Amino acid sequence: MSILKIDNVTMKFGGVTAVNNLNIEIQEGRIEALIGPNGAGKTTAFNVITGVYMPTQGSVYYKGEKITGLTPDKITKKGIARTFQNIRLFKNLTVFENILIANHLRLNSNFLSGTLRLPWYSKEERQMREKSEMLLDKLDLLRLKNEIAHSLPYGEQRKLEIARALATDADLLLLDEPAAGMNPSETMELSEFIHTIRDEFKLTIFMIEHHMDLVMEISEKIYVLDFGQLIAQGTADEVKNDQRVIEAYLGVEEDA
Amino acid sequence: MMNKINNKKTSLYLNILLIVIFAAVITLLDTNVIGDAYVRRILNLSAIYAIVSVSMNLVNGFTGLFSLGQAGFMAIGAYSVAIFTVPLAERAKIFYITPQNPVLAQIELPFVAALLLGGFLAALVAIMIGVPVLRLKSDYLAIATLGFSEIIRIVFTNIKSITNGALGIKNIPTMPTMWVFFGIAIISIGFMRLLITSSYGRAFKAIREDEVAAEAMGINLFKHKVMSFSIGAFFAGIGGGLLATLFATVDPNQFYFPVTYNFLLIIVLGGMGSISGTIIASFVVTAGLEILRFFDEPLTLFGISIPLFRPGLRMVIFSILLMLLVLFFRNGLLGQKELSWKLIIDLLSGKLPRKKTGEGGGVQ
Repeated sequence: MSILKIDNVTMKFGGVTAVNNLNIEIQEGRIEALIGPNGAGKTTAFNVITGVYMPTQGSVYYKGEKITGLTPDKITKKGIARTFQNIRLFKNLTVFENILIANHLRLNSNFLSGTLRLPWYSKEERQMREKSEMLLDKLDLLRLKNEIAHSLPYGEQRKLEIARALATDADLLLLDEPAAGMNPSETMELSEFIHTIRDEFKLTIFMIEHHMDLVMEISEKIYVLDFGQLIAQGTADEVKNDQRVIEAYLGVEEDA
Repeated sequence: MMNKINNKKTSLYLNILLIVIFAAVITLLDTNVIGDAYVRRILNLSAIYAIVSVSMNLVNGFTGLFSLGQAGFMAIGAYSVAIFTVPLAERAKIFYITPQNPVLAQIELPFVAALLLGGFLAALVAIMIGVPVLRLKSDYLAIATLGFSEIIRIVFTNIKSITNGALGIKNIPTMPTMWVFFGIAIISIGFMRLLITSSYGRAFKAIREDEVAAEAMGINLFKHKVMSFSIGAFFAGIGGGLLATLFATVDPNQFYFPVTYNFLLIIVLGGMGSISGTIIASFVVTAGLEILRFFDEPLTLFGISIPLFRPGLRMVIFSILLMLLVLFFRNGLLGQKELSWKLIIDLLSGKLPRKKTGEGGGVQ
């Protein structure tokens, strides 16, 4: 069953068409990837899915329900969480606070019961803390619980951002270049990490990535975007040997 | 582990000691054993400034909205107390040029009711202006809220049958004890502190840190901004109401927009994002402004009159201090930290940690 369906989406900024007639269906429980040269429209596609942009044309369906036109916070509530290309943690807050904040969207008590620490709020707060500690423990981040987010090493910050997205109870995780700025050994670790969380949290993962080795290794299906057009899709091997993909990345050979 | 328990116990004892000393000092001041009316007035004013400054810090320091509308919200609270607590018998004397609105002329409320009404009206107005204005960001929001604050003042100058216009309202019943000001300050600031440490407060901080990420984490930006803004306005209204009863008189010029800058100075000095810093700064700035009055009077030393000592010099000195502060002390007294006994002890023993250690990280 497809968990996410991008149906004929076009996104124009003035005269520039960033994404053109994009059709993608992500299958539940899989790891799929969106690749393409710089400026191909990958992040724009993510921003359309998460509600940051309203597409010029077309719609996005999540679990069969149309989510186009909803604000980003409502889309996250439905179960789509994301990370960002340039890490966007709550820098001056602790690791634990970062995770707790991602639990806020499931809070039922209003601000008054929260402020007055009424029993039902206190119960929710306790559950929130337990759940966050468990999550940090599972991802081996508990030892950093009280550290300020921006003081973490780069790799841990990436991991924390993924942890924070998981804390929203998402079913679909969108990762925007999770391996950006990582060295080969860190990338290997990340690849393992992505596999682990997929299995542990029963996730579907859709990611944008530049590291071809990572993409080729873990993605079950790859979509290739070039100048806003979907030029190829399929398994790693199929995509690797596609003439148009090679041209998009290496350029067309010109006869002298 | 042992050390930690001892620290907790020490903190508790020190806290109890502090509360006892605080209560004793207020009681002594109240019963006129120490101090005089002037000192009491400055302290009461400081308590009021603390409420309004913390309310402004809630919006600016914790939620990251650059709002400058505090004076306007205070005016709403102040006028609510002024209009509804002046005894009915004295109304005609006060509204001697334009008679008071016949409906209002028959309503007299107890102080607490008028104070709360003022707070709620301020919050209501905040919601009304927040809906369009909170879609703006940073400087634009500041300009819009500043404009709003001026509109309130001008409206209050002109609706004479309600506010008595530029003449103001006099004979507002005053409070017999400092506990009214300090009690309400403790409740108000306590409430805001509990809010800030709740899940909603964390959401506010998330918005301050990164709006895009906060929204991606499912936080409804608009709802939380309006919430912070209107709760901030509520307490600014409460502060305004207390100001009315302290001065026993209100007029629109008390809420001229530079008033807001005093609170801005206080929260910058105390630390954007620190409640305890704000409280300390409220007392320092309020008392400081009084002490600086010395510069406003002509000074003669050894028969030579010193030039420049004349009304207005106080504000020049004040502005220079503000500039020095911004240049050399940008994070204010406490930055985003809160004052605690641990911090004081660490500071005194000269071992202020540069980086917070992962205390109890592996222990569950």
